[in-house]
Amino acid sequence: MATLSSPLRVCRGILKELRLIQGPSYKQSLAYNYVMDQFRKNKVTGERYCRAQQEAHHDSHTYLCLLASTRNHLFLHNLYHGKGERSPEEVAGLVGLRLPTQPGGKGWEK
Amino acid sequence: MLRSLVRFQSPFGNILSLSKVCRRSQNLGFASKYSTAAAERKRFYQDVSISQGEGGLYEINLDRRKLKTPGGKLFTVPNEALAIAVATEWDAQRDTLKFYTMHLTTLCNTALDNPTQRNKDQMISAALKFLETDTVCYRVDEPYGLVELQKNEWDPVLQWIENRYNVTIGSSSSILGPEIPEATKDTFRQHLNSYNFWSLTGLEYVITQLKSVVLSMGMIDRHLSVEQAVLLSRLEEEYQIQRWGNVEWAHDYDMYELRARTAAGTLFVHLSSESSSVKSKLMQD
Repeated sequence: MATLSSPLRVCRGILKELRLIQGPSYKQSLAYNYVMDQFRKNKVTGERYCRAQQEAHHDSHTYLCLLASTRNHLFLHNLYHGKGERSPEEVAGLVGLRLPTQPGGKGWEK
Repeated sequence: MLRSLVRFQSPFGNILSLSKVCRRSQNLGFASKYSTAAAERKRFYQDVSISQGEGGLYEINLDRRKLKTPGGKLFTVPNEALAIAVATEWDAQRDTLKFYTMHLTTLCNTALDNPTQRNKDQMISAALKFLETDTVCYRVDEPYGLVELQKNEWDPVLQWIENRYNVTIGSSSSILGPEIPEATKDTFRQHLNSYNFWSLTGLEYVITQLKSVVLSMGMIDRHLSVEQAVLLSRLEEEYQIQRWGNVEWAHDYDMYELRARTAAGTLFVHLSSESSSVKSKLMQD
């Protein structure tokens, strides 16, 4: 139940997400430096079952999940739920009509 | 329920408090985070950086201005990792600011402002109330495949938590749910009391999202990963999806949103409750 993918895959996943967020200059970002720092620090450990290493691994997996799911959620939102309503002009244009104009403006408009 | 409503309303321009914040900001030279427009906020900054203020607390700077909570307080974070994650969230915004994707920021705002004025005991009681209607304890009798699935997937988690905390939580298929003995609740109450206020905010958020105390504790204790916990929480939905098919704009949308929120909550709890120091030892041959 607690098997996670290897730290290398998680690290590469996080870097890919950061690259998608930041663009080509992702290596100067704060998150990149911090993440690489943490991975390097936790790589070598003296004990066979090091709790801090397991915790850091779980946290990195959680962060990867966070980045990936916010990106996917935003993508799906824009794809399916982002459009909103059409304006009256567009609706009229769908059937080839135009809205009537009143030269002096309607009564309540300035 | 109420807290999440409050949390949703606050980013979108609480018009009454905004005018006060704006006037204050003109005097102090700090800019408020939200403008008076109720429409979408455009991204008004180029760089996001963090700095360490007094007391060792970290602050976020957007261009030159310091970030503030919707309540007007200065946005401070106890540790660096959380500050960097929040800064990354703000940096990820393009064109317009979409507050519903900035889960960590929202959690920090809630912890700092405490808009519903709750203390630790109230939060712990609210969290434990979920135990009586825990997802993992509610079983069905009907489609046999679902019964099997629930038994195979949820029983191990129940056993794990019963062993770990030395409590008894049964599972039941009646409409009233399982009977939780008082001793169980006391054990959990004692355990939850050991977390600080920020961690409790995050933990309660996760419990509300997953609708289960058992799964949340499993994730906080690093027994389950986020994807596994979300899968177990949505077990019946997954069963129906396998039977009837997946609807991307509903199922996947909900799943990613749940994953994002749960991951943010878990990360928030872990970062708020731990402190780390590096001890480097030399290799001895």
